[in-house]
Amino acid sequence: MVDEKTQSLRDHVVMLEAGAPVSAVAFLGKTPAIVLDGGEILLGEHGAQTRVAAHPDGAILVTAQAGKAVVTGGDDGRVVRTDATGACEEISATKGRWIDALTARDDGAIAWACGKDVFCRDAKGATKRVSAPTTARGLVFTPKGYRVAMAYYGGAALWFPNTESPPEAFEWKGSHLDVTVSPDGRFLVTSMQENALHGWRIADKAHMRMSGYPAKVRSMSWSADGFWLATSGADSCVIWPFKDKDGPMNKQPRELAARKAKVARVACNSKALLLAIGFEDGWILLVRLNDGSEMLVRRPDGDRSPITALVWSNDGTRLLFGTEAGEAGLLTLP
Amino acid sequence: MSGTAGNEKIPVTVLTGYLGAGKTTLLNRILTEQHGQKYAVIVNEFGEIGIDNDLVVGADEEVFEMNNGCICCTVRGDLIRIIEGLMKRKGKFDAIIIETTGLADPAPVAQTFFVDQDVQAKSRLDAVVTIADAKWLSDRLRDAPEAKNQIAFADVIILNKTDLVSAEELREVEARIRGINPYATLHKTERCAVPLDAVLGRNAFDLDRILDIEPTFLEVEDHHDHGHDHHGHDHHDHGHKHDDHKHGNDGHEHDSHGHKAHGHGGAKHYHDEDMQSLSVRIDGDVDPEKFLPWIQDYIQREGAAILRSKGILAFKNEPRRFVYQGVHMILDGDLQREWKPDEARISRMVFIGRHLKEDEIRQGFLACAA
Repeated sequence: MVDEKTQSLRDHVVMLEAGAPVSAVAFLGKTPAIVLDGGEILLGEHGAQTRVAAHPDGAILVTAQAGKAVVTGGDDGRVVRTDATGACEEISATKGRWIDALTARDDGAIAWACGKDVFCRDAKGATKRVSAPTTARGLVFTPKGYRVAMAYYGGAALWFPNTESPPEAFEWKGSHLDVTVSPDGRFLVTSMQENALHGWRIADKAHMRMSGYPAKVRSMSWSADGFWLATSGADSCVIWPFKDKDGPMNKQPRELAARKAKVARVACNSKALLLAIGFEDGWILLVRLNDGSEMLVRRPDGDRSPITALVWSNDGTRLLFGTEAGEAGLLTLP
Repeated sequence: MSGTAGNEKIPVTVLTGYLGAGKTTLLNRILTEQHGQKYAVIVNEFGEIGIDNDLVVGADEEVFEMNNGCICCTVRGDLIRIIEGLMKRKGKFDAIIIETTGLADPAPVAQTFFVDQDVQAKSRLDAVVTIADAKWLSDRLRDAPEAKNQIAFADVIILNKTDLVSAEELREVEARIRGINPYATLHKTERCAVPLDAVLGRNAFDLDRILDIEPTFLEVEDHHDHGHDHHGHDHHDHGHKHDDHKHGNDGHEHDSHGHKAHGHGGAKHYHDEDMQSLSVRIDGDVDPEKFLPWIQDYIQREGAAILRSKGILAFKNEPRRFVYQGVHMILDGDLQREWKPDEARISRMVFIGRHLKEDEIRQGFLACAA
C-alpha cells in the first residue's frame, strides 16, 4: 500500500500542455507526442510544444506507433501518419466509415480495420485486404513474420497478408475486444466484453481463461523479459505468468499496487522489470516486478479523471501520460 | 474541459418501427426543428436516405449474445463500439438518437444500456419510440413478429398516417395496439407531426419517473387532434383513477388488459394471441423477503418471453416506494420516494410479453402479500 515510506517521484514530473481529453501518448524518437480525442497531436517538450491537426474534422479513435511516427485512425475514415516534425501523411481515407482498430510496427507497416474490412499495408505501400467474420475490434502485428492478429465477435484470427490463404481462426464464444501476442510468439490473448481475458497457445489452440475482473480489460502490456502480462480492469494490477510452456494455465496471477481505484492503463518498462500503472482516479504508481515495491508518480490535487494514456520511452528513462480531463505529464527517472 | 456538463449521462432515444412507417420523417423533423439541441444520429443502411445532420454514424446492427449464461441476454455490439467512439466528441452533441431497421428487435438495443458498464457510465436510455403505420399496422401485426415486438416494447407509440384511414379503421388499429401494449403513450399523427417533447426527454427508464403504471388507454380521448401540435398531452397519464374497478373483499384486485372487451370511449379492445399485457395488484404491502426471490426467480425462468415489466410496491415496514423495471431478464429496482400520507399503499406490477402465464404470475405475486 502507498504510505509515508512510499518513494515519491512527483518532483521529477513536468506537466505538458494538452487541454483536451488525451487519447494516446507516444515517443517519436525522443519527441513526446500527445494525441487528443479531438483530432490534434501535440509534439515536443515542455514549453516548445507544437500543435498538429492530424484529423481536422474528426475525432481520433485509435493510435499506434510506427517507429518514429505515430499513426492515428479517426471517425473521419482516415488513417494518418504523423512524424516528429509534424508532417502528416494520409495513408488511407474512406468517407463515411470509422477506423475501428489500428496497429503498426517499427518498419512502417500499418494495419487497420473499418467494420469487417481489415487492411494491411507494408512499408513499401502495398495494401492487402481481408474480411473478418464480424467487425474487427482489435489488431496487432505478431512479433515475428509479416502477420496480423485480429479480434472480433466469436474469436480471433492470425492472418498472413502476403498469402492467399484465409486467416487462421481461433474460436471462442463471445465478443473479443483488444488483442495481443506474447513477445515469444507462443500465445495469443484477447480481452473480452465479459470482463475476462481469453488466451490460446498458438501451436495447439489450447484455451486459457483469465477471469475475475470487475471491469473490462482495456490495457495490456508485456514485461521486458516477456514472461509477464500486466493488465488493467481491477483494483490492483493483475499480472499473468507466461514463462512456462503452459502459460497461465492453472496458475494464479500476481496482484500488485492494490488500491481503492481501478487500474486504467498499464505500461511495462522496455528495459527493466518496472511497471507503470495509471488509475481511474488519476494516480500513477511505478512498481518493481521483482519485489512489488512502489513509487508514486502522480497523486492529483485537482484533476482526478482517469489516466487514459501511458507510455515509456524506448530507452526506458522517461514516462509520458495523459488524462481524460486533458492533463499530460512527463516523468524523467532520476 | 468544454463547457457542457462533464459527467451528465447522454440521453439516448431509440426509434423503431416497421418499414415505411415514417421513422425517417420523424428523425428529420427532430433534426430540423429549432430547438438548439445537437444530436448524434446512429442509423442503419448508411447513406441510403438523406439525413440532414452533422454527426451521422452508420451501424451494422451486430447482435451479440452475452457469454454469461443468460440465453436472452443479447446486446448490440456495434452500439457499444459506436457509443465509445462518440464519447470522443463529448460536448459536441446533447443527445443520441438510434434509428433501427424495420426488422430489428428493440430488446438487444435496450439491453445494451443495462448490460455494458461503459455504455451505462456514459449514457442512459431515454425511451423506445415506435412509429406505426395506421394503414398497414394491423396487417403487419398478423404477419410480422418484429412489428409486434416493436409495439410491445414501446414507451411511446406514434400512430402515423392517420389521414390514410377512416375513423373506424383508426379505432380498429388503436385497439389492436392497446391489446398488446396499454401502457405506452400513444400519439395519432399525420406525417409524424408530434411535439418533440412527446418523443424526447421522456425518462421512461428512469426509476424516479415511474410514477404510475395505470394503462393509458383508460384515458378517453374525445377531441380530434390530428395534425395539431398539442403540448402537455401526456400530463394526463399520471395520478388519476379512471373508472376504478370494484375491489373484492379479499383486498386483492387484478385486472388483465387485452383479454376482455372493454368499452371505454367506444374503443374496442382486442386480445392478441401471442403478445399480452397483464397487471396484478395487491391492495396493501408485500413482504420483500418473499417478493424479491420470487420475481428474480420468475424472471430468470420466464424472462425470455417477458419483454417489459414494471412495478411499484409497498414493502412491509418500509416508508418508501419500491420501484422496479425489467427488460427481459434484466431487472433494475430501487427504493424511491416515500408514500404520501394520502396515498394508498398499493402494490402493483405490469408485464408485457408473449404467452404470459397469467395464473402463475398472479398466484406467485399474491403469495408475496405481507
